[in-house]
Amino acid sequence: MADVTRTEGTTPHAPVVIRGGSVVGPEGFRRADVALAGGVVVAVEETIAAPSDARLLDARGCLVGPGLVDLHTHLRQPGREEAETVESGARAAALGGYTALVAMPNTEPAIDSAGVARDVLVLGRGALAEVAVAGSITVGRAGKALAPMGELAALGVHIFTDDGAGVQDGALMRRALDYAKGLGVTLAQHCEDDCLSGGGAMHEGCWSSRLGLPGIPAAAEESMVARDIQLVRLTGAPVHFLHLSTAGSVELVRQAKREGLPVTAEAAPHHMLLTHAEVAGYDPVFKVNPPLRAESDVIAVIEGLRDGTIDAIATDHAPHAPESKDVPFDQAPPGMLGLQTALPIAWQVLSPTLAPERIFALMSAAPAAIARLTRTDPRPAGHSAQGGPLEVGAAANICVFDPSATTVVDPTRLASRSRNTPYAGRTFTGAVRHTILRGEPVVIDAVAQR
Amino acid sequence: MTRPQHLLSVADLGVDGIAEVLRVAESFAEVERRSVPKVPTLRGKVVATLFFEESTRTRLSFETAAKRLSADVLSLAVASSSVKKGESLRDTVETVEALGIDALIIRHSSSGAPHQVARWATRARVVNAGDGWHEHPTQALIDCFTVRQVLAERKGAAPEDLGIDCFEGLRILIVGDIRHSRVARSEVLAYSELGATVTLAGPGSLLPASLEGWPVTVAPDLDAALGDADVVSLLRLQAERGSGSFVPSLREYTAGWGLTNRRVELLREDAIVTHPGPMVRGVEIASDVADLPRSVITQQVTNGVAVRMAILFLLLGGEWSGADPRG
Repeated sequence: MADVTRTEGTTPHAPVVIRGGSVVGPEGFRRADVALAGGVVVAVEETIAAPSDARLLDARGCLVGPGLVDLHTHLRQPGREEAETVESGARAAALGGYTALVAMPNTEPAIDSAGVARDVLVLGRGALAEVAVAGSITVGRAGKALAPMGELAALGVHIFTDDGAGVQDGALMRRALDYAKGLGVTLAQHCEDDCLSGGGAMHEGCWSSRLGLPGIPAAAEESMVARDIQLVRLTGAPVHFLHLSTAGSVELVRQAKREGLPVTAEAAPHHMLLTHAEVAGYDPVFKVNPPLRAESDVIAVIEGLRDGTIDAIATDHAPHAPESKDVPFDQAPPGMLGLQTALPIAWQVLSPTLAPERIFALMSAAPAAIARLTRTDPRPAGHSAQGGPLEVGAAANICVFDPSATTVVDPTRLASRSRNTPYAGRTFTGAVRHTILRGEPVVIDAVAQR
Repeated sequence: MTRPQHLLSVADLGVDGIAEVLRVAESFAEVERRSVPKVPTLRGKVVATLFFEESTRTRLSFETAAKRLSADVLSLAVASSSVKKGESLRDTVETVEALGIDALIIRHSSSGAPHQVARWATRARVVNAGDGWHEHPTQALIDCFTVRQVLAERKGAAPEDLGIDCFEGLRILIVGDIRHSRVARSEVLAYSELGATVTLAGPGSLLPASLEGWPVTVAPDLDAALGDADVVSLLRLQAERGSGSFVPSLREYTAGWGLTNRRVELLREDAIVTHPGPMVRGVEIASDVADLPRSVITQQVTNGVAVRMAILFLLLGGEWSGADPRG
C-alpha cells in the first residue's frame, strides 16, 4: 500500500537504509534498521542488508521517529519576505526534524481566500518540508466578517485561525463555529482579550512592575479560553487552543476535556522553558505573544503536556527582520524563532519524566491528527501521510534524533532569514541528525542536502 | 568600589555608590556658591543630551552640570533631527557616538531604552535621564541629597558629616501614581538601599500590578500614614500617559490622595515634603502647601545641578576613592 500518490516536488530517490538506530513507535521504541524506497518504508527489521545502490544513514545511538509536524509556523510569505520565505522557513523546519508544517495565515495579504492559499501552496512544492496552510477565520483577520472558509476547505485547508489576534466578538466566533461545524474543519484560537491586554508588552507580574513595562495579565488569555469553551459547549464544534501559556488556561482546558468537549491544545517550547525574568535586560528577542510567563505557569504547561491536557508542542516560529527587533522593547513586534530548537528543548525539558515515544507523539502524531495530515491527501493542499507510525508501507517522513549530541544555538547559522532566537549562545542536549521527506534525505548529519 | 560603567538604574550604584554621589555632590554644591561657578574637571570631554521626550528641568539641569564641569555639550533636539525622518534609535545613537561623545544622557518614553543604548554604545557612558515608567535615577539621588541637606540644617551640621546614617529608619511615604512613575521606582530603590523604610499610598488602580520583591509596604489609608512619615514624596498624576482614566476624576483623586490644606495638618511638625516636578497645584498638592517651608521643591531643582555634576564626574573621570573632585 504505497502511501505517496503526490508527485509534485518529488523525484525518484535511491533506496535508503537507516542503520543502527532505535525506531520510535506509538508504544515504545526498539532497535531496528529502516529501509526506504519509492517514498515509503519498505522494511523495519533488526538488521537489514542494504542493496548495493542504497544510501546508508548512520543512526547509531539515535532515535528514529516519525517526521515532526508543526501546527504553528509563521512563514511570512507573502508580504514579509525580508523576515522569512516559504523556502527558508521550510528549510529551518527540515533542519529541526520537521517534515510538515502548518503556515499561519497572518501574512500580508492574509490567507483569507483560495487565491492566496494556492500561492503559498505552490511556493511550498519542492520545499524541504511539506507546507500546509491555515486559513483565517475572518476577512483580513479584521474580526468583522467571515472569511470564505468553504472555498478554502475545498482546497484541503483544515485549520482556521486569526492567529496574531483572537476573534474578539463572541457572537462572530459563535457563528464561525456553527459554520465550521458544517464544513468539518477546526477553528484554532489565539486566546487574548484585547481590552485586557491592551498595550501590554510582557506578562503582567513582578517583572513588568519592576521594569515599568505595561503588562498582559494571565486573565487576558484565560477569559477567552473560558469563553470559547462555553462556545464549544453551545455549538458542539471543535476548537484548538493555540499556544497555551498560563496555569489557568491549562486548568480550563483540563476541565473541558474531562467533560468530553471536543477541544485540543498546543504549547510552545519557549513557554516550557523561559519565564518573564528573561525580560530583565529589555532585549526584544524575549518579546513574544503570549508573553513569557511566571515559573508557576511554566510548570503548569509542562504538567499539561505530561497529563495529556495539552495535545501537541507547536513552535509559533515567528521570524522578524533584525531592524524590527532592534528598537525599544515596547515598540518591537512579538515573536521568536523556534523550528530549529523545538525538539532539543522538548527533549531537555520532558525526557527526564516522559518516555521518548510520548515526546515524539506530542510533536508528530498528535499535531498531524489535529491538522488532519495523517492520511495522504491528493487535493491542492495535499500532502503525504504525516505523523507515523513508521511501519512497512508508511510514507517515509522521518526524523532521526541523537539524544546524546548537543545543539549549540548560533543565530547567524540558523536557516531562517531572521535571527530572533531567544536561545543565542545556549546549548541543549540532543540534536536532530537526519530528516527524511517522502523518502528523500533532505537533512543528513544536520546539513541540508539542497 | 568599582565605578559603574553606566547609570541606568539606582541599583547600578549600590549603597556605597549612592554615598559617594552624595559626598561628591556636596563639594560641587560648594562650587555653585562661588562667584564663577565653574571647574575645569571635564575639560575636553563631550556630553550629549538625547531627549526623545519633552523635559524642561532635567535637560537644563544636566546641561548646566556639564558646562560647570567645563565639558562641551551637544544637545539633540529630536523634533528637528533625523529621528523625524525615520532614523532608528540605534542609528541615532551610533551616529551621535561616532562624533566622539564621552557621555550620552538619554530620556525616552520607552522603559529600558537606555539599557539598549548602553548595549549599542561602544565607548560612551550612558546616563538614564528618565525612561518610560521605569526609572529616573538622578531624580531619586537629588531627593536623597535634598533630604539630607534639610536634616543637616536642622542639626546645624554639615551634610557630609551626617554620612548616610541619617537615612537609617527614616520613614518615607510616596504618594500618588506609583504605577506610571519612574521617580517612584528609583526612590524606592535609593531610599531602601540607604536603610529608610518606604511606604506607598495611592489609589489601587495606580499601584503597580505586583509589588512582589519590592521593599515596601502599602498604606491602606493616606490620612493615617501621613502622621507616621518623616518625608512625603508626592508624585504627579501622569495624565499624558493616560493615568487620568485610572481614577474617576481629578477631583476624586485630590479628595482621596492630594496633599490638601487639611491633610497637611496631619503631618508631623518636622516632616519634609518633596515633589520631583512638574507639579500640578490643586491636584496632588494644594497651592498653599507647595509654598510652605517644609516643601523643598525649589531646593530639589537647585540641587539637581550639583548631583548631576557628581554623576558626570564619577562616570567620566573621577575617582571613587574620596578624592576632591574640584581639581
